[in-house]
Amino acid sequence: MRLEPRQQASPWLNVAAPLGAALLALVICALPLALAGADVPEAYRLMLAGSLGTRFAITETLTRAAPLILTGLAAAIAFRARLWNIGAEGQLYLGALAAVAVGTGFVPVPGFLLLPLVVVAGALAGALWMLGPAWLRLRFGVDEVVTTLLSNFIVLLFVGMMLEGPLQDPMSLGWPQSAPMLDEASLPKLVERTRLHFGLVLALAAAILTWLVIQRTRFGFELRAVGANPDAARFAGIAERRVMLKVALFSGAMAGLAGVGEVAGLKGYLTQDLSPGYGYAGIVVATLAQLGPVSVIASAIFIAGVFVGADSMSRAIGVSSYIANLIVATALLTMLLAGLVTRYRISR
Amino acid sequence: MDVLDILLQASFWAATLRIATPLIFGTLGELICERAGVLNLGIEGIMTIGAMSGWLFVYLGVDLWTGILLAAMIGAAFGLLHGILTVPLGLSQHVTGIGITLLASSLAYFTYRVLLPDVATPPRIEPFQPWAPDWLLAVPFLGPVAGQQTALTWLALVLVPLLTWVLYRTPLGLALRTCGENPVAAEAQGLDVYAIRIGAIMAGSALMAVGGAFLTLSAFNAFFFEMVSGRGWICIALVVFASWIPWKALLGALLFGAFDAFQVRLQQMMGGAVPYQLFLMLPYVMSILALVVMARRAAYPQALMRAYVKGQR
Repeated sequence: MRLEPRQQASPWLNVAAPLGAALLALVICALPLALAGADVPEAYRLMLAGSLGTRFAITETLTRAAPLILTGLAAAIAFRARLWNIGAEGQLYLGALAAVAVGTGFVPVPGFLLLPLVVVAGALAGALWMLGPAWLRLRFGVDEVVTTLLSNFIVLLFVGMMLEGPLQDPMSLGWPQSAPMLDEASLPKLVERTRLHFGLVLALAAAILTWLVIQRTRFGFELRAVGANPDAARFAGIAERRVMLKVALFSGAMAGLAGVGEVAGLKGYLTQDLSPGYGYAGIVVATLAQLGPVSVIASAIFIAGVFVGADSMSRAIGVSSYIANLIVATALLTMLLAGLVTRYRISR
Repeated sequence: MDVLDILLQASFWAATLRIATPLIFGTLGELICERAGVLNLGIEGIMTIGAMSGWLFVYLGVDLWTGILLAAMIGAAFGLLHGILTVPLGLSQHVTGIGITLLASSLAYFTYRVLLPDVATPPRIEPFQPWAPDWLLAVPFLGPVAGQQTALTWLALVLVPLLTWVLYRTPLGLALRTCGENPVAAEAQGLDVYAIRIGAIMAGSALMAVGGAFLTLSAFNAFFFEMVSGRGWICIALVVFASWIPWKALLGALLFGAFDAFQVRLQQMMGGAVPYQLFLMLPYVMSILALVVMARRAAYPQALMRAYVKGQR
């Protein structure tokens, strides 16, 4: 018996693999849940009810899914070209910072222009920040994994500095938080009396746009070529550097948009705890989606459901909601294993 | 007080050594993994769970050295997981490493929260006490610096020549380096590449966990969330800075420690004139700069990040 590569995985397998991986992660995480003293079936039932059980629960899950779709896209498009952007967390915060800088009344623009300007500024901030690590890799051969990871810490400190300095709300009584976004700069609600906002539409549009770019444009073709075989791509006359820089800009912009949605749609102002690790969770979203932009939507909703469900379960039976992080991390590893099943088969 | 005054303070050099200690453990650990050909991005999470578990075992009543040993074993277990996924299964070392970091840190936080659901202040333990040999204490200037260090710092310093000896003077070290440079040649020599790589990742991960445990059992006396705060990533940068050579890793960690100790003192000197976040950013900026300076001339292990499949070239 030995493993041999498959020519092509069946579509059935491509759907079954992530489902199996997600299920396996839930099974594995039953152990820590049980050790924590929880009634496992009851805990999972509460998680399901808390994430999908009521209309309100569903809107909460979708609210959480919006930033995860965007950070998932940021990881998916970068990983496709083998650009390891692990800095979505920092890019998200810079996007939020730019949104707040533009959207709290510092810039005198007519009201109807304000919201588009906020969105563009956020995307641009994330994109330009990602340009740095990409340039360092292309110019000096510095591994972008380490630079993007380290840059996350730099951004968080910078955000703290801004929130205790020029961008601090004078009415915040010394608390490090920005002034509230102006009404004209805020994303409207999608469903009244819930937290679900227009950021979800933005995220879905971004997913479809990413799909179109990857499948239907020359840049998308070049990106796939560079990711599949950099040497062959170079040989075919593809300007690898230019493709990499474009991928970096696109990826950073997606993460920046995630930050825009959170301040302009959900919170209304910026604090240092805006994101509970959406940037890192985006890597899991992208991996579960096998780097497919449309599948990112489904896997983001799953991950969002795990987080929302775990919060609700935790409130009900008192088991730490860190179980969500544990399930998400396990799902990343089980999905990597499931990826083996789609790429290899056992032959005799 | 100016720069020279700072450099003449024993407390400055004592702080340098203290800050460098977890970085020495982490950098040497990562160096072992990479010398065998495998990037271990699990380091940040392994340091976190090392910090939490070392503290937890001591809190539950074992003595300090047993706590260190147990933390090392838990680190090695995560190393084994990383090894199985990346070596025989050949999964992406980048994504698997991030997965290990997410898994280890969330397991640490979950366990901590489950065992201590509602504590306002983190419970404390009795940490390692400073210790140094009497003859060293008698040396002027060095004495007061050494007098503030704990046994773990001495262990870190001893590990540097020990690892150098193992890597360059023993058959095991040669085998490990061959696996990182040319696994096909290693296999031709009759070496088991998979076993050596997995063993190296386990040993390296154990050291990372000890580096984490230093934070809770020596530098501080309690566990805090986010307490590793990027030290693991800094170690990855330091390995490149050190060109995968143990004594240069020591040098890098000490330089980094000196720099960090210096910025704290500079911050105090400047008062509130400059935002404190700018100083806190410096270590991360320095790490990136060190990478930029060294990346071009770095002699990467030739097979680093290349999965080895038996019977294939």
